[in-house]
Amino acid sequence: MNILSVTNLSIDYVGATSVFHAVKNVSFDIAPGEFFGLAGESGCGKSTIAFAISRLHRPPALIRTGSSIEVDGRDVLALDDDELRRFRWREVAMVFQSAMNSLNPVLTIENQFYDVLNTHTGMSRPAARDRAAELLELVDIPTDRLSAYPHQLSGGMRQRIVIAICLALSPKLIIMDEPTTALDVVVQREILQRIDKLRHKLGFSVLFITHDLALMVQVSDRIGIMLEGELVEVNDAQTIYRAPQHDYTRKLWAAMPRLHGAQTAQDAVR
Amino acid sequence: MPLLSQLLQNKKAMVGVVILAFIILVAVFAPFLSEYSPTQRVGRPHQPPSLDHWLGTTRLGHDVFTRLIHGARVSLAVGFGAGLMIALIGTVLGILAGYKGGVIDEVINFFTNLVLVIPNLPLLLVIAAFVGQASPLIIAVILGLTSWAWGVRVTRSETLSIRQRDYVKSAEMLGEPSWRIMAFEIFPNLISIVGINFIGSVIFAVITEATLEFLGLGDPNTVSWGIMLYNAQNASALSVGAWWDLLSPCFALTLLGLSLALINFAIDEVANPRLRTGSMLGRWKRMVRVGEGKL
Amino acid sequence: MSDTSPVIALDNVSKIFGKAGAQVYAARSVSFALYPGRTLALVGESGSGKTTAARLIMREYRPDQGRLLFRGTPVEGSSSSDLKLYRRAVQMVFQDPFSSLNPGHTVRYHLERPLRLHQPALKGAARQAAAAELLTRVKLDPALVMPKYPHELSGGQRQRISIARALAVNPEVIIADEPTSMLDVSVRLGILNLLNDMKRQLKLAVLYITHDIATARYVAEDIMVMYAGQIVEWGATESVLSNPQHPYTRLLLSAVPDPDRRFADTSVDDELGDIERIRRQSAIEQSEVRQIAPNHFIRPMPA
Repeated sequence: MNILSVTNLSIDYVGATSVFHAVKNVSFDIAPGEFFGLAGESGCGKSTIAFAISRLHRPPALIRTGSSIEVDGRDVLALDDDELRRFRWREVAMVFQSAMNSLNPVLTIENQFYDVLNTHTGMSRPAARDRAAELLELVDIPTDRLSAYPHQLSGGMRQRIVIAICLALSPKLIIMDEPTTALDVVVQREILQRIDKLRHKLGFSVLFITHDLALMVQVSDRIGIMLEGELVEVNDAQTIYRAPQHDYTRKLWAAMPRLHGAQTAQDAVR
Repeated sequence: MPLLSQLLQNKKAMVGVVILAFIILVAVFAPFLSEYSPTQRVGRPHQPPSLDHWLGTTRLGHDVFTRLIHGARVSLAVGFGAGLMIALIGTVLGILAGYKGGVIDEVINFFTNLVLVIPNLPLLLVIAAFVGQASPLIIAVILGLTSWAWGVRVTRSETLSIRQRDYVKSAEMLGEPSWRIMAFEIFPNLISIVGINFIGSVIFAVITEATLEFLGLGDPNTVSWGIMLYNAQNASALSVGAWWDLLSPCFALTLLGLSLALINFAIDEVANPRLRTGSMLGRWKRMVRVGEGKL
Repeated sequence: MSDTSPVIALDNVSKIFGKAGAQVYAARSVSFALYPGRTLALVGESGSGKTTAARLIMREYRPDQGRLLFRGTPVEGSSSSDLKLYRRAVQMVFQDPFSSLNPGHTVRYHLERPLRLHQPALKGAARQAAAAELLTRVKLDPALVMPKYPHELSGGQRQRISIARALAVNPEVIIADEPTSMLDVSVRLGILNLLNDMKRQLKLAVLYITHDIATARYVAEDIMVMYAGQIVEWGATESVLSNPQHPYTRLLLSAVPDPDRRFADTSVDDELGDIERIRRQSAIEQSEVRQIAPNHFIRPMPA
């Protein structure tokens, strides 16, 4: 059974006089343990989809009737507030773009973990501390950092801590919306490599959203390309790279300067 | 300008502007709207509202309605006059302090802190008492000179943040003179703050003027809403059942305050799209109700 | 290498922040030169010092050690008229297309102001024509774009207008600070091509600052790699990128997303397994310079 099953998802933003169709009839699945990438430029709707899976939208966003989102067989759109609270963090966890800025600046790292663990499982402080140490080890951060405040750590470390918090309740699906765009290329590589290893070890699925197609091909199993609200191509990573079917995918590849070999279609430097 | 057109489409702004325009028109055409003189005894004391006297009469037999509409002129004049002075001083000093920095900033901050620390109303009471029977003009001037400090703070901090923006750096790199940068690069981006400051100052001036006069520090010969409150209070209007005497100026002040506050909310909404709720969500709510979708 | 002399040069410049005992070198002994008609790419991660270098050239910072030279003469201590010339000769294209234009002014205003300031002889219709010509140069339609406000334009269009504005004063040097990193992928090449064309046609000296090495290869003849305030490797772009010698450069290059190499093939990259050590050692001050090729140098990393 698929971990995530999105069927006929349509999301609109309702304005005073017009309606903007942000997501148009998108369908895709993610298998257990799969790393699925969703690529596209700004405004294509990829973040809108990510928010919809966790039901994080606010008005004027509207998920149209007829859309279906199922996580591990459960209809996400039918969950009430209580069920949603239990659903978030346990079944699905999300890492946002500047997630390193979403850590509470007045709480120590240990307290951030305690906050999540206690709220969702009623864990006691000592138990939460042990679990936090365990999780920090997973992301290669020394346990003495538990008593530090977010501003005392680098951006890359904070992002890793956010990922560790996401893993706290062993979710089945982790959604990452441009998790490394604000980070340097070496830090980006470290973090994604770590997530890939954790995925193989713990077995969760990943929905990875970014505009960096080259990065996505390096780490994803399958990739979906979005253009203006529509999913125009879905295929395994190597096929997307070597034999893209859709014009837009080809256009995206052509627009990227390459580090080795031919520059791009237009070699303009003398 | 995009801001103006958005403002005109906002319901809160429209309601506020209409009410304000109504009050202004009534004030301007006051002599034509009532055949009575506001300072002459034209009826028996404390008469309830009737066809002859729409809002009744005061203790001294003056027509309340006439006094009300003439009083509007004073309240509006003091309100907008003092409000303009407060906003002007606040904006100019704020932009100067924020953009120039250094010594100019230090000096302006020093004086701002000075004025900020002195409690406003007690100072006004002392000055007004010292001057004796303060006419509305004196009150307006006193208000204008003592209430600008908060505006300087707000404007300065917003200027500090705008100063960092790339387009200001670009103007500096092009060699634009300082005054042009302050007036044409920074100020246009402060308009919503300045607007809110101005309207807030007007509300403040209107209410404070009424307060001072109510407390007996104004010139009892002027016709203004504050003096009407003062007279009504002295005549124990409510206790003797002449509610129209006291409630008319109250209602007028409230209406003016309301219209200005609505305009202020509208400016805030237009400047900060995240605050937009209510009317703009009408369509969304309708669609959810008929089952076209959900969150 | 051309034999014209450099327009701008940094000569052994250092910029220090903090008090004695807890000092941080934002830039340490940095030397480079910008030549007309050539682009120099400055590549580094955040905190490497590349933004500091830009600010030194824009004179937002003053060097604590070393000198900034304009056409061979130090800028510090110049007369105010020389400073005015300098300010006009060096223009910047900013990273953020949303904040580099004033939201309250039309495109016309943005282009006519620099013309008014630096070409006062142009009046009325002549000035309008000059503004229109600037827009055509950056491949925008003057009739369509002139009356618009920034929020009515796309990111790519805004960046083109930023470039047009920079060109309005006839500069000699353009500092492009990550000009495409906030644009959509499909729009980036257009802007880079524009920079290349302008550089060639107008013989501009361009400093291209970026963290995206692949774009550096696309626009620059020469490249410098910075880390912790020092330039660790520099020279001709092809030489540095095809034969990187400094461990930090190799680390950077192996971390750049390459669709041909999956994460699982990490056996190829020994640098990625040694990140802490490379970072630590590369931050140590190194004054020795070693030559690898006629136009390829490194500061060897202490072992």
